[in-house]
Amino acid sequence: MNALLTEPFLVSLLYGAVTAGVPLLLAGLGEQMSEKAGVLNVGIEGMMLFGAYAGFVAAWYTGSFWLGFLAGGLGGAAVAFIVLLLCIRRGLNQIVIGIAVTMGCQGLTALLHFVQFSRTYPRLAAAPVLALPYLSRIPILGKGLFSHSPIVYLSVFLGVVLTWVYRATYFGLSLEAAGNKPSALDAAGVDVIRTRSFAVLSTGFLAGLGGAYMAIVGAGLFVPFMTGGAGFIGIVLAMLARGRPIWVLVGAVLFGVSLAMTTALQVAGLNVPTDVVQMLPFAVVMAVLVIFARHSMLPSALGLPYVRGER
Amino acid sequence: MRELRIADGPAAGVLRVLIPVVLALVVGGMLLLALGKNPLDYYAFVVERGILRRGGLQETLTRMAPILLIAAGLIVAFRAGIWNLGGDGQFLLAAVTAAALAPALSGVLPRGATLVLCMAAGALVGAIWSLAPAMLKARYGVNEIVTTLMMSFLGVSLSNVLIKLVLFDPATTVPQTRSLPVDERLPRLWGSTVHSGLLIAVAILVLIHLMMTRTAFGLKLQVLGANRAAAIHAGERVERLTLLAFVLSAGLIGLAGAVEVLGVWGTVRADWNPAYGLLVVPLVFLARLNGCAVIGFTFFFSALMVGGESAAHRVGIPQYYVLVLVSLLLIFLALVEYLDQSRRKRLAA
Repeated sequence: MNALLTEPFLVSLLYGAVTAGVPLLLAGLGEQMSEKAGVLNVGIEGMMLFGAYAGFVAAWYTGSFWLGFLAGGLGGAAVAFIVLLLCIRRGLNQIVIGIAVTMGCQGLTALLHFVQFSRTYPRLAAAPVLALPYLSRIPILGKGLFSHSPIVYLSVFLGVVLTWVYRATYFGLSLEAAGNKPSALDAAGVDVIRTRSFAVLSTGFLAGLGGAYMAIVGAGLFVPFMTGGAGFIGIVLAMLARGRPIWVLVGAVLFGVSLAMTTALQVAGLNVPTDVVQMLPFAVVMAVLVIFARHSMLPSALGLPYVRGER
Repeated sequence: MRELRIADGPAAGVLRVLIPVVLALVVGGMLLLALGKNPLDYYAFVVERGILRRGGLQETLTRMAPILLIAAGLIVAFRAGIWNLGGDGQFLLAAVTAAALAPALSGVLPRGATLVLCMAAGALVGAIWSLAPAMLKARYGVNEIVTTLMMSFLGVSLSNVLIKLVLFDPATTVPQTRSLPVDERLPRLWGSTVHSGLLIAVAILVLIHLMMTRTAFGLKLQVLGANRAAAIHAGERVERLTLLAFVLSAGLIGLAGAVEVLGVWGTVRADWNPAYGLLVVPLVFLARLNGCAVIGFTFFFSALMVGGESAAHRVGIPQYYVLVLVSLLLIFLALVEYLDQSRRKRLAA
């Protein structure tokens, strides 16, 4: 047990947990916003993957990490635009289009990467790190938590901002109304389609940013299918969080720690199969769901297109 | 989903499928052109390798067996309004179960009994893996997309853990289960390399189709899927129906895993995951949840996969392109469906 309390192990665990958790946090926060507005965004995996690809390519050709992150976010939003056109404007089935978008992005990014780089996987230089003053000098915690890419602090801050937006702003209420009773929002003179469109585009941007973070900071390169289900974990987090950003954060930490655990254990010289550790968060969440099963509190119009005047 | 089932006249039905297929091939072809490849060459190559050559055709038919069974499972769930997106976990755990049981039983029992037992065990394990999402959905209305996805991640990891820590064959370097000898696997059909799992799959798919369209139980499931409130109002035992639909769906997907192992591989390697769970969803929708139409689409899709794989080596277009093509198909199908609907609404008004 002593091997687990050494500094290298703890630093590697914390650092890895943040690196693995931030994409999940961004995806979860994004998905949450869509779901609040009544859109079940199954295509988020595709948006992350496209963001990862766009972010990597932009960073690779321009050499600028910030342009990379921006391109990642915009790439994700571009994919979200397809969902917007088909599902929100035209009211097509959100799950079918979501799966189509995910598969399309998987194929397209892999194909484009192959055309550009064949079977090589060029690596980016190490992404810039912002060590927070004072905090980064705390032993263990400083290296583990406070010496990260600025994106990390921004996404945690975003969670706080979103909490305030949902709780205390007119826009937050509009989002919620678009998911729970779109006809009431319409009657109040707010455009449901526009509210939902904004939510879906934001989701795309956040998911794309999360993907870009995975490629630029997490891995330093792009590999086909590299998001490996992170978008789906984002959906799970958003649904479990019941509309509260803080719970997305908690979930992202839980999943981030378990994803980082294997590498950290190897640092400590213990060889535990990845799969065992990766099962933990899912097992915990399922157990909690089964033991404390309650009626889920999803928006009542989730997944249903809004057509003015119908019903 | 209800709108996917409206049918009027065979000609309109054929058109509504043909138009999206042609559009997807054309748009996909433009992508190939943009990449500097000749799309006609590619499509011709895929057809030649996937369908016209004897070896390719056998490969295509072999590929169909698990997909058809998964499709049968998804049809039951989707028609009952249940989003079972956890196919991968159900499929893999069942595959591992069959792979673990088969070599152990084959020395003791006759071949037929071994195979039947292993398939039953696979189906059972698949069904068990869906119990938690099924109960949560039936009793508390917990969204099954989340729970089946989580159980799927769990199932995939658990399969790997079982192979790496418990069931591995010490004689091999890559962790995998003990291999079932070829002459103990599902019998081949008429001197070809296609195994009899294909016949099982087709038979079960047709049975499921008849069950969903011709029996009272199938109708009840359809009512449940079309309008849950109506099903409750009609006095159906909705909880029980939800459970049954879930278990049947996951059981069929489990059977698919067992058949794939008993027919083709004879073993399961660590980290093997064909990820059919999501891939089959579009096929089922393309076929409008119709069990017979799925057979045609599955043939088309399998040929595309088999042809696409050899095209990756010969024409220099990675098989990722197949994913793009399927995604385009799905989007165009949904669009054509939508345009058709709004045209009909205008006509009715």
